[in-house]
Amino acid sequence: MTTPLVEMKNVSIAFGGVQAVDNVSISLHAGEVVGLLGHNGAGKSTLIKMLSGAYKMDSGEIWIEGERATIHSPRDARDYNIETIYQTLALADNLDAASNLFLGRELTTGLGFVDDDRMEAETRKIMARLNPNFKKLKEPVSALSGGQRQSVAIARAVYFNAKILIMDEPTAALGVHETAMVAELIQELKKQGLGIFLISHDTREMMELCDRVAVMKNGQMVGTERVEDVTEDDILSMIILGKNPREAA
Amino acid sequence: MTDSTTDTRPSPTAPKRSFLNSLEIDTRLLGMIGAFVLVALVFNVLTEGRFLTPRNIFNLTIQTASVAIMATGMVFVIVTRHIDLSVGAILAACSALMAMTQVRWLPGLGLEIGHWAIPWIAITAGVIFGGMIGAFNGWLIGYQGIPAFIVTLGGFLIWRNVGWYQTAGQTIGPLDSTFMTFGGINGTLGGPLSWGLGIIAIVATVILIFNARRVKVAHDFPVKPLWAEVTLAVIATAAIAGFIAILTNYGVPERVVARDPAKYGCEVAEGCNPVYGLPISVLLLLGIAVVMTVIARRTRFGRYIFATGGNPDAAELSGINTRFLTVKIFALMGVLCAISAIVASSRLANHSNDLGTLDELRVIAAAVIGGTALSGGIGTIYGAILGALIMQSLQSGMAMVGVDAPLQNIVVGAVLVFAVFIDIQYRKRVGAK
Repeated sequence: MTTPLVEMKNVSIAFGGVQAVDNVSISLHAGEVVGLLGHNGAGKSTLIKMLSGAYKMDSGEIWIEGERATIHSPRDARDYNIETIYQTLALADNLDAASNLFLGRELTTGLGFVDDDRMEAETRKIMARLNPNFKKLKEPVSALSGGQRQSVAIARAVYFNAKILIMDEPTAALGVHETAMVAELIQELKKQGLGIFLISHDTREMMELCDRVAVMKNGQMVGTERVEDVTEDDILSMIILGKNPREAA
Repeated sequence: MTDSTTDTRPSPTAPKRSFLNSLEIDTRLLGMIGAFVLVALVFNVLTEGRFLTPRNIFNLTIQTASVAIMATGMVFVIVTRHIDLSVGAILAACSALMAMTQVRWLPGLGLEIGHWAIPWIAITAGVIFGGMIGAFNGWLIGYQGIPAFIVTLGGFLIWRNVGWYQTAGQTIGPLDSTFMTFGGINGTLGGPLSWGLGIIAIVATVILIFNARRVKVAHDFPVKPLWAEVTLAVIATAAIAGFIAILTNYGVPERVVARDPAKYGCEVAEGCNPVYGLPISVLLLLGIAVVMTVIARRTRFGRYIFATGGNPDAAELSGINTRFLTVKIFALMGVLCAISAIVASSRLANHSNDLGTLDELRVIAAAVIGGTALSGGIGTIYGAILGALIMQSLQSGMAMVGVDAPLQNIVVGAVLVFAVFIDIQYRKRVGAK
């Protein structure tokens, strides 16, 4: 098999006395969508935040394209072309779409001033592709609907040519139509060769979107399965019981 | 902004927009200007026309300068959800340092009083001192996680008394004569220079307005109708010209000219009739206002300030170093306190230990009246300056009318709360911003 895009090996992190992620390993290949499933507090988001640089792991290793990576901050993660769409979207509500899209990576003029006009033009371009109905470019994002805010967050990840995309509950706040749009986008990005980590509660949705699903419980990895090898019921019992019924059988 | 601006598509069938919408002027700004005009008119009636004289307007501007300079920095502090209660104390500490430098220490080192380098060394020392105090505050807040309220409450008690130790509690003066030109009436530009600067400002404004339009057109963005741009340019021109006209209508009194006619370019006082024109302290304030506005809108630093204020977590996740940002913001605040100290002490011609007492409250009030939200993420530089001007107008207006001192404070306090009340109602109406 080819070198995985991402390999997290024996990763652990504790907060106070709680072992939030306990010796977990997971991998992701180019053009693959790996879903992370589990209850609230199972450690999915925490695991992924160590990859995106929001948390610093206590022990373990991260390998990106066969090389050992050091990720201590979101900026480090970006340097490895890892982009994250957070559950909370992580948008500055008082700024407009373009300012949010380029936050931390503003386009500047020759004199070093932020170039709002160029950023707005770029935002118009990418929005025309992602969400053609998006028109509120001058409004602060607090004035946008859930779906529009989501498309700003997605645009931010896609615009900068991510190789590795982390999507934490990307469809939680969305309507049916917008959810379908996100699903379509995931397929398109997959075709372009991105590796995607997807976190969701919706088992059925995960079965449709993912190539493999990894189930976590109480900070530990229950198991990783190819979706064609398991049924939805298998996954559910992995989530609830913490073991794969087939292996038990 | 109101709802009708949400649809920005350029379309021939776009709904007709109202006059104000076409101009795209911030309605909050209009409201504040309206409030200011109302205050001015009411006091003008109550004082039988003495409030809106060139002389009083001149005095208002120089009295506002010190608080307004600090208020521009307070906007950044409050936008990032912090507060600075120590600005008045930092002002006093910097003023003490600058006064001691120019009156005692440098002359003690052999530079004779009146040497050209003295004021500049003093100013440099003061600005560095202010910046260092601010940076230290910012470090305690950003890196050590001590709430800004506590750090600056401590600073409020500390820094004024550090000033006290520098001066042993004495009033230090008279200050250097060049230094004192930053203080208002002692340093004005006179007629021709004031008009020259006014014309430069007008030309620059017009160029800015039409250059912005050109760039927008180049990007195929919707632009406001041409007549709206022209109207804006005319209003701006009239405002600048009007301001200069008022200030250059304040003549230097004859007895002042008689003391030293040569200073005003005349041989004898008779028929000389010089005018004060734009005070250097106000020019300094305007320069700072422009620089701070550019920082807020056109630099990454400014963008990160507002992003952090809007959502600190998002800023952090976007790779912004919010801790160092805090240090920079407070250091900038400290530098502005030092600049205010120059203006405040030179206006009084000496440093006294109570200089800037209660300024922290005036500065915070100015920023808040000017629309800076304590919840973070929202605020403008021009708003804070207008806020300072409104407060100063209220205070000196009431003093001119002869309102009792306690009642003056009651009114100013009530206005502060009322202004925030109006602001909250306004925001509710235009949507959650």
